[in-house]
Amino acid sequence: MTHETKSRGRFGIHGGQYIPETLMNAVIELEEAYNRFKDDPKFQQELETLFNDYAGRPSLLYFAEKMTKDLGGAKIYLKREDLNHTGAHKINNVLGQALLAKRMGKTRLIAETGAGQHGVATATAAALMGMECVVFMGEEDTKRQALNVYRMRLLGAEVIPVKSGTATLKDAVSEAMREWTSRISDTHYCLGSVMGPHPFPTIVRDFQAVISKEIKEQTLKKEGRLPDAVIACVGGGSNAIGSFYHFIEDESVRLIGCEAAGRGIDSAETAATIHTGRLGIFHGMKSYFCQDEYGQIAPVYSISAGLDYPGIGPEHAHLHDIGRAEYVPVTDDEAVNAFEYLARTEGIIPAIESAHAVAHAMKIAPTLGGDKIIVITLSGRGDKDCAAIARYRGEDIHE
Amino acid sequence: MSNIKKAFAKGKAFIPFITCGDPDLETTASAVRSAAENGADLIELGIPFSDPTAEGPVIQGANVRALRAGTTTDKIFDLVRDLRKDVSIPMVFMTYANVVFSYGAERFISTCQDIGMDGLILPDLPFEEKDEFAPLCKAHEVDLISLIAPTSEKRIAMIAREAKGFLYIVSSLGVTGVRSEIKTDLASIVASVRQSTDIPCAIGFGISTPEQAKKMASLSDGAIVGSAIIKLLEKYGKDAPRYIGEYVKSMKDAIVSIDKV
Repeated sequence: MTHETKSRGRFGIHGGQYIPETLMNAVIELEEAYNRFKDDPKFQQELETLFNDYAGRPSLLYFAEKMTKDLGGAKIYLKREDLNHTGAHKINNVLGQALLAKRMGKTRLIAETGAGQHGVATATAAALMGMECVVFMGEEDTKRQALNVYRMRLLGAEVIPVKSGTATLKDAVSEAMREWTSRISDTHYCLGSVMGPHPFPTIVRDFQAVISKEIKEQTLKKEGRLPDAVIACVGGGSNAIGSFYHFIEDESVRLIGCEAAGRGIDSAETAATIHTGRLGIFHGMKSYFCQDEYGQIAPVYSISAGLDYPGIGPEHAHLHDIGRAEYVPVTDDEAVNAFEYLARTEGIIPAIESAHAVAHAMKIAPTLGGDKIIVITLSGRGDKDCAAIARYRGEDIHE
Repeated sequence: MSNIKKAFAKGKAFIPFITCGDPDLETTASAVRSAAENGADLIELGIPFSDPTAEGPVIQGANVRALRAGTTTDKIFDLVRDLRKDVSIPMVFMTYANVVFSYGAERFISTCQDIGMDGLILPDLPFEEKDEFAPLCKAHEVDLISLIAPTSEKRIAMIAREAKGFLYIVSSLGVTGVRSEIKTDLASIVASVRQSTDIPCAIGFGISTPEQAKKMASLSDGAIVGSAIIKLLEKYGKDAPRYIGEYVKSMKDAIVSIDKV
């Protein structure tokens, strides 16, 4: 007897739905609801109003003139997702999912968070829409990002520190999945990146795709043409896929994802999945993961809590396989230098995650001619990172 | 006949779960032998995984201890080779998809056949993804066990029709772990299963006392117990096999009493 493949949500060989049976009807229900609402003009209208009037979209595309002159190469634009309400791109996805969850009759949102940006965004949407909110955060990250923990609590969310495993983002995802299996009927798992089981990688991408839609319109308006490269940082990969999506069919646009190399891809202290990982099955998806020879998920490291994840979203894994996007490693040192550089040069303090993209742009811009245009997505603002960067530089400041 | 069916041939089955390598593989070997000698009908051997997303805190702890002790898939295969010299009851592996995938699915599943493992339970491999491993399992006569959850509803018939070995019925929402009460309407789930297949079904998740085991086995064909056994290993360490033997006997006696009624 032969079986047709029943698997859903594939990007090439990646993706799928590798989750406990207990959750299967929940993801099927989510997919059906999403398909029902994504083309519903009323839903889209409501979301657009939230984007524009609440989150502050469209976000600016800013010509970084001083940086361009200083680096002496390509013309550099910054896509200012850091100017969104709550200070990062995460709000785009969260407003979409919260609206969807509400339409599905859910009254409670749960979420994982690494740096705390997705947790803050989820807590914000829950407050706005009158929903209960519980955020799982690795205990290690609650220490690195204490300010965001306070913000979430201020917004009315419960923050649960996760002590299992490495007490970082991957453990927060595991714990949120466990929580979802125990309480499904009133609860939506508001996953924060383009990862996990289908339909999450597609839903999150669609809500974040507004970034590339705007970049395209804005560069056409300012320059009369498309950019030559779009650069974004990649952990799970939501701001990157959002920045890439509407350019995938425009082959002339280089798409560059910057992975967190931590202390270097030759060290054990790295989170560069494409460079050091291999194909595996984890957190509901087939993709690339940092793991040992027996498939045990590796403890990864990056200065950035938001990129400190041992896997990468399945669509990125596919874009890598087919060579449509490039993925490059950026070390802690390079990211911290870029963090400081952008602050001094343009008066903009980027999130340490986004600083990984800035660092790579600093490498390639001087090698490109002045007629080239590159866009860097600044996925978030860096206020949350100031204390940690000060500590990295040997200065012990207290918030 | 699938070797697993033998576990259910003499009446209701008692199925203990043991995480391999907690606290070490020698203790696992003694624990398995002790369980087999005291009436276990089938044994689930857990291959530890770094991130066991379907497990509660008790079995998560066992996974951590086993991995810290240096347990690997290859060492567990050696353990099974040794056990198969004298343990003849059916045994299945319980682990996560990445452990099988990363080892090389063909290499993993063919080794299962070579060393005498009868089945494989992967809680993160639902019906829609089972073709990842099902054709290989079929080729190597290893039963890929399907799970049914309290939320399965209309999916029950579809899953049951293609089920192999036995059906693992998850008693409750949530992760593994001891529960004081199981509220799911298991009788109607089992009734749905019976309409679609004649392979046996056993209930697991949350069972710890002889009374619970008796109740669950009376509703189905057997009871699966994990966390309660892991707690004995957590408490007694290397001395646990003796206590596991006593515990298995008390659970099996409770289940046997159903058959006598």
